Amino acid sequence: MKRYKHAASGILVPLAALAFWQLLSTMGWVNATILPSPMQVLTKWWAYLRPLEAFDPAQGSYFKWCFSGELPQDAMGSLYRVLVGFAIGTGLALPLGLSMGYSKVVNALFNPLIQVLRPIPPIAYIPLSILWFGLGNPPAIFLISIGAFFPVLMNTVTGVQNVDSIYLRVGRNLGASRFTQFTRIILPAATPYIFTGARIGMGTAFIVVIVSEMIAVNNGLGYRILEAREYLWSDKIIAGMFTIGLLGLGIDTVMSRLSSRMLRWHRGLEQG
Amino acid sequence: MTDMAPTPGSHISVQGVHKVFQSGGQDVYALKSIDLEIARGEFVCLLGPSGCGKSTLLNAVAGFSLPSSGHIHVDGVPITAPGPDRGMVFQEYALFPWMTVEQNIAFGLQIKGDPKPAIQAKVDSLLELLHLQDFRKRYPKDLSGGMRQRVAIARVLALDSPIMLMDEPFGALDALTRRNLQDELLRLWTELKKTILFVTHSIEEALYLADRTVVMTYRPGTLKRDLRVDLPRPRDVASPGFNALKKELSLLLMEEQNRHEQDEFRGAAVD
Repeated sequence: MKRYKHAASGILVPLAALAFWQLLSTMGWVNATILPSPMQVLTKWWAYLRPLEAFDPAQGSYFKWCFSGELPQDAMGSLYRVLVGFAIGTGLALPLGLSMGYSKVVNALFNPLIQVLRPIPPIAYIPLSILWFGLGNPPAIFLISIGAFFPVLMNTVTGVQNVDSIYLRVGRNLGASRFTQFTRIILPAATPYIFTGARIGMGTAFIVVIVSEMIAVNNGLGYRILEAREYLWSDKIIAGMFTIGLLGLGIDTVMSRLSSRMLRWHRGLEQG
Repeated sequence: MTDMAPTPGSHISVQGVHKVFQSGGQDVYALKSIDLEIARGEFVCLLGPSGCGKSTLLNAVAGFSLPSSGHIHVDGVPITAPGPDRGMVFQEYALFPWMTVEQNIAFGLQIKGDPKPAIQAKVDSLLELLHLQDFRKRYPKDLSGGMRQRVAIARVLALDSPIMLMDEPFGALDALTRRNLQDELLRLWTELKKTILFVTHSIEEALYLADRTVVMTYRPGTLKRDLRVDLPRPRDVASPGFNALKKELSLLLMEEQNRHEQDEFRGAAVD
């Protein structure tokens, strides 16, 4: 019962906002080009979502047809870039972060450079990325991997440095080699930090993909809402924005589910 | 000083051990001229106020922090590093939170490189020995303090080490759980014939458990009294004999506690 009550109160504010928005439009208080009504947005959203052509078995499976609309194609394009960029950024950040956290020498070698590069927002790399990679997926993926790289790196370093020394003492007492210490103690002890870094990195990757699509790519959700502005299709802009919001929420939910599954042992994540 | 050989017959032999720390440009003797011989199968408690160096001595025997000078031998072999022949049970449980109960117990055996079926059999028997069968798949966060310490003991027993070092292992437990685990430990000790060096600040615990109770002084850490406890087991904490020893140790400990407090007051005055 209580759960339903919670769900009901959670929907209250969005409903009120929607009603207010609809009221603004119906009463004609705002120009429909500036702010279209919710119904208009919803109609556009559906048009954006549904397949453009009738189902034709010769063109491929039904499943494929379902996703042939403009929005699913855009969303998949954006998602692809996020995942590849995130994988590259994380793939580079993890080994570097682990070795920086583990070895004071490696840390002393790399930390100064990292500290200078870290405050540069990924967006500031746009000019260089286009110079180096031209247009299309490569510059976007480059920018996204930079966005994911630093949060994963910093958290991994902190995670390894903060491993409670008592665990290492137990390891030595049990006769663990340095390699075993690293793989069975330091690495698992650092995973809560690494997952936090990955979640932040994924969030950054998602912001960067939208920005990079506005500049360097000619499809994807970011590209689409900028394109819609050229035609003054504010209903499509808003539909696109909601899609971005839902996709971001979806990604974050997957990330947090994944980490609480893998960190079942962790105190901070006790589930009822 | 001539190079000292370990006393024959001793299991753990501590000879002329000093441990010096630097504090504010001054040498502080955490341990000074410690001589201690522990026989095979003996249960020895190190008793003293906090800061008296009893944990320092235990860590030196464990090999975590070697003495500044002097010798520690186990079975005639000098100690140079920590090792699984001296299993340690820590005060803060120190179970690996990412491992289940059985994984924690198996870890030392995996390091040793035992074959899988042997590890499984050993883990099963330890789970039974410590009444942990129903908790094998649990993570430490889901266990009570007493249960966690049982796992920590099982993890050390898995190593089959002849020596168990215990650093105030029951300090954080409530009285009832504590007594329970003390009895359990005595049962294991009798059954498995381990040599145990046990650090505590509880007089009653030391007298309840040990063959010998060694009282340490506060800075410099020296041995103040080496008391053989000849009471028959199981010991009755309410018996006159127990209380006489308790009173004797209380007086000794009180002296050290007072010196500790005076020292702290002096420290505060300097600050």
